[in-house]
Amino acid sequence: MAYIKLDQEKCKGCMLCIEVCPKGQLKPGVALNKKGINPVMFLAQDCSGCTFCAIICPDTAIEVYK
Amino acid sequence: MKRIFGRTKSLRPLDTHYCSGCGHGVVHRLLAEAIDELNIRGITIGVTPVGCAVVAYDYWDFDCVESAHGRGLAVATAIKRLQPEKVVFTYQGDGDLAAIGTAETIHAANRGENLTVVFINNAVYGMTGGQMAPTTLIGQKSATSPLGRNEKTEGYPLRISELLAQLQGVYSVERTAVDSVYGILKTKNAIKTAFQNQMENKGFSLVEVLSACPTYWDMSAFESLDWIKNKMSKVFPLGRIK
Ligand SMILES: Cc1ncc(C[n+]2csc(CCOP(=O)(O)OP(=O)(O)O)c2C)c(N)n1
Ligand code: SF4
Ligand code: SF4
Repeated sequence: MAYIKLDQEKCKGCMLCIEVCPKGQLKPGVALNKKGINPVMFLAQDCSGCTFCAIICPDTAIEVYK
Repeated sequence: MKRIFGRTKSLRPLDTHYCSGCGHGVVHRLLAEAIDELNIRGITIGVTPVGCAVVAYDYWDFDCVESAHGRGLAVATAIKRLQPEKVVFTYQGDGDLAAIGTAETIHAANRGENLTVVFINNAVYGMTGGQMAPTTLIGQKSATSPLGRNEKTEGYPLRISELLAQLQGVYSVERTAVDSVYGILKTKNAIKTAFQNQMENKGFSLVEVLSACPTYWDMSAFESLDWIKNKMSKVFPLGRIK
């Protein structure tokens, strides 16, 4: 399975990645980062490596591996 | 497993000061990717603006020169004429390029300077607190049009790209939007083409990018992308203008 690495400290919680993931693999996290923002969590169940989340992310917080 | 998406060399691994959901971050990355894919990092000189992107030179790992507000294309003209072997671009907001810098913009375009322009249209002055820009839509509320822009007193949204396309010196003008995955990929292609035009000495090439300012549009990041699709791109139609 493909996977992503989401840099929790870079994430600004805009939630755009959640909107574009065709597989519903991203959701709002629970713990605050140093910015005081809830970074997004990766569920790691069914990622196809489409890179949509990484393309839409304004903060280049996501790396994709396949 | 191979890394199939990540930061390229020209984009430093820094946190930006941009608001959550701001389009500047996306376009910064696209510029870095375009430059690295064309393998021109060592010969590129960026001219950064006054506006929210004023410290863009911190985020890119190639040479940059900061310009006074609106004067980007005058500065870029000098750099390119002195060092024609370099690839020179300006990065400018709508306040920078289409308000205070209108004269510099029009004359550089009319002279047909062999430059690449990345023009970020976010329909407001972001840096100074969301005032009305020449590109603000009719009815759009801003700090200086609290009841919405009224064309009778404030005039119409300025389609400066269409205006510039009229000039004989201009080689190419394209408008894109970073409002979706597809729009982002199209924008990257347009930026790459604008660089290639310069490398082939074809002349003045401008890419206007419709870009979100969730903070001063008073919207979530997602609503902002919707607003670009449903409102802004009706006033500023996407596609190749010239
Ligand atoms: C000569 C001069 N006049 C005015 C200003 C104040 N000022 C700073 S940024 C800005 C507008 C920037 O808006 P825009 O170019 O649309 O960029 P954005 O911040 O929206 O990305 C203004 C008027 C200035 N810095 N210098
Ligand atoms: S798109 Fe980027 S900044 Fe926005 S929530 Fe997702 S990872 Fe965070
Ligand atoms: S004010 Fe607007 S343009 Fe400036 S960083 Fe924030 S979202 Fe971006």
